[in-house]
Amino acid sequence: MNLESIPLQAFLIVSSILFCIGIWGLLNSRNAVRVLMSIELMLNAVNINLMAFSSYVDNNLIQGQVFTIFVITVAAAEAAVGLAILLSLYRNRVTVDMESFNLLKW
Amino acid sequence: MSIAVTTQIICFSVLSLVVIVGALGVILLESIVYSAFLLGGVFMSVAGLYLLLNASFVAAAQVLVYVGAVNVLIIFAIMLVNKKEDLKPIENIKSRRIISTTICLTLLSLLIRVDLSNTWGLADPNKSIGEESTIRIGEHLFSDYLLPFEVASVLLLMAMIGAIVLARRDVMNQDISTGLPVDQELIEKQNEPLLIKKN
Repeated sequence: MNLESIPLQAFLIVSSILFCIGIWGLLNSRNAVRVLMSIELMLNAVNINLMAFSSYVDNNLIQGQVFTIFVITVAAAEAAVGLAILLSLYRNRVTVDMESFNLLKW
Repeated sequence: MSIAVTTQIICFSVLSLVVIVGALGVILLESIVYSAFLLGGVFMSVAGLYLLLNASFVAAAQVLVYVGAVNVLIIFAIMLVNKKEDLKPIENIKSRRIISTTICLTLLSLLIRVDLSNTWGLADPNKSIGEESTIRIGEHLFSDYLLPFEVASVLLLMAMIGAIVLARRDVMNQDISTGLPVDQELIEKQNEPLLIKKN
């Protein structure tokens, strides 16, 4: 196994770009489903980071991979609850436009 | 440079290109269905990146959970809420776009600067556990990460019950239009055709 071939920084840069794309989508999407997709993208960026560090820095104990599994578990739970909230919102408002969910606006 | 190293670099370049272009497609494409399928592609490529990092178990978990569950759930949600609607234009959208893009680019430059300037304490690659990472993950899950493992199962149960409670449609006891009690055995009642007049 030769891990020197790809530098650690390459993985970190890919995950940074993915995280920023996720934030941009979170801030700019009108569709509520797309907001959930952006959150999944950000979670994946964090996972790439954890995996890269566990493989390059902690390559014997690989605690980062265990953390990644927990993050995947929490992401699955989050997606299920988020989509259920989205469905009940859709039933009340008959729209998925983020601009119309302004009940908490002051 | 050996063949294996070249292959790794080519695989990494292709996978990261697919990840970034796919993610841009997810947030920029007009059709939400295309976005959902591109999201599946992004998840698959991230699993490929995990394989490059010698983590076969996490790659399999990524494919099973993200592509098999989360993505399918998102596609079902799109199917349930798929209504064509004309979005109202919002005022000062241009300044909003400029502010959010500036924030994202600033954060990106900060992150990349930290990535490149910091000296990471890399471990000795000869000590690497390599292909036996699945065994080590199993040891972790049943020794020092046992409590988080059990808490995660409780969390999944809570999420499942919560999702069912939130998404459930309440069954009515009486019909709204007629006031008669509803026959609960017939969920889908045969409606009378509206266009045929009774004599």
